[in-house]
Amino acid sequence: MSASLINANRMRIVKIERVVDESSRAKSFYFRDELCSRAEAGQFIMVWIPGVDEIPLSLSSIQPEKSLSSVTVAEVGEATKALNRKREGDMIGVRGPFGNSFKIIRGRVLIVGGGVGLAPLMPLIERLAGMQDASVTVLAGARTKHELIFLDRLEDEAGKGRIELTVLTEDGSYGGRGLVTDPLENLLSSDRIDMIYGCGPEKMISRLYSVAERFNVPLQICVERIIKCSIGICGSCAIGRYRVCRDGPIFTSDRLREVEDELGKFKRGFDGHPIPIT
Amino acid sequence: MVLMNGKNPLEVEISGLRLLNPTMLASGMLGLTSCMMREVARAGAGAIVTKSVGLKPRDGYKNPTVVQVRCGLINAMGLPNPGIRLFRAEIERLRDLDVPLIVSVYGFSPEEYVQVAWEACRAGADAVELNLSCPHVKGTGSEIGQDPDVVREVVREVKHRIDKPLIVKLSPNVTSISEVSRAAAEAGADALTAINTVKAMAIDIETARPILANRIGGLSGEAIKPIAVRCIYEIYEEVDVPIIGCGGISDWRDAVEFMLAGASAVQVGTAIAYKGLGIFKSITDGIKYYLEEKGYGCVGDIVGLAHQR
Repeated sequence: MSASLINANRMRIVKIERVVDESSRAKSFYFRDELCSRAEAGQFIMVWIPGVDEIPLSLSSIQPEKSLSSVTVAEVGEATKALNRKREGDMIGVRGPFGNSFKIIRGRVLIVGGGVGLAPLMPLIERLAGMQDASVTVLAGARTKHELIFLDRLEDEAGKGRIELTVLTEDGSYGGRGLVTDPLENLLSSDRIDMIYGCGPEKMISRLYSVAERFNVPLQICVERIIKCSIGICGSCAIGRYRVCRDGPIFTSDRLREVEDELGKFKRGFDGHPIPIT
Repeated sequence: MVLMNGKNPLEVEISGLRLLNPTMLASGMLGLTSCMMREVARAGAGAIVTKSVGLKPRDGYKNPTVVQVRCGLINAMGLPNPGIRLFRAEIERLRDLDVPLIVSVYGFSPEEYVQVAWEACRAGADAVELNLSCPHVKGTGSEIGQDPDVVREVVREVKHRIDKPLIVKLSPNVTSISEVSRAAAEAGADALTAINTVKAMAIDIETARPILANRIGGLSGEAIKPIAVRCIYEIYEEVDVPIIGCGGISDWRDAVEFMLAGASAVQVGTAIAYKGLGIFKSITDGIKYYLEEKGYGCVGDIVGLAHQR
């Protein structure tokens, strides 16, 4: 553990190999890094945009055979804006991969992703889709068509019959109209689901959590908090007694039950004080 | 953990603070929320020191705030904290904590140190540790802690206003740590923590930029352990107040070395990254093993032993 964390925590400067527009606001950046390309689905890395900031991002593709991996970023603030201006050939710093990963369950699984929250789910979907003994249903949602990411990758998998895909947008501009969590209750009452995986805005994942609990289906979700050191010492990402960077970012149902008072209710600001989630 | 005569050999008393084992969570690590601090206590820390708290909220610096170098970490977090008024709630939630809670305090003037320390005690802190040693925020920390006269003033003012043990955390970034430790002790410090991080920097050669957003930070971890041992050894020769050792402790052998140099207890920070929260228990178990192997009755028996001539 110790030696591998020291190895992963080294700052490596890598060249951006390829930039892919995923939506009007989101881009994927592909780079070559041995450690990142051997990460597990659900793990995150720290990306340094020199002179600007360093931010946590989930790996959105993991291709060990090509030593290639990617992160997918939607523009939300100064750092993501600066990263989204980077082009092929530009340099960024990476540390990681950090944190735990999605635990692969064979059987009937449901994967629910909202907006750019599909990023950590995509490597999981591609891995599960290739398995004989897994049956995969994906619910992908966003506010509008322009914010949907990975449509091509998802529709490609669906076209090959490897996943069952339902797309929803809040304004109905693509797929069904509604929230990505809307079809949940119907799905869970008509089908026996062995595991739900999810990632997205906090309100979405807390809704996902309450429905999963009601139907007594185990859940693994990716939790987001402010991550600064990424190695479990600074305390910025505390949720309950857990550190998202070290004990997470993937939380299982039993751990989510422990942090019910915080999930979907408040996050801590940079100064550590609780800010209600509205 | 209890001897035949009923005395716990690992128990230490530092100016009225009773620790069931001599390991403590160092300031700046994890000590921002009550749940997290409770978890560290449950993992085996003998006492908890909070993150440094000031009068007003601070977001801290942008990332990178921590950069790994060959034998340690350089950090410039920038003292992120919600300010004492909001932090009160976290302190109050820890009233039933079964280990001492020490609130680390910083200020930009002697008056601010006094006010924050006073409010921390009122909220239920068992002791206060004055941060006179943070190397990366202008106007506080080591800028105050490097002038013995200012140290004397701050310590005297705070001591005068609080009725809980007062610990002063010292910086190694001074010409003579003995002189500063004497000033703190004479002004009424009940214990001294040595050392805070060593001022340091890392530059990325690909982009030709300092890596830390703040450019300069403080080095912690194995790299500074010998510096800390030397500082503690010098302070032990200079003053009579108990010393709490800090700086690069990553196993029980390090902890024993600090105690032989003169530390009554030890603080652990950076090593948590690489060894997890289990490090507190493993250090405690190791110290116990050492005492038994060498035939010592208690931790106090080895404090300062390296000073024999």
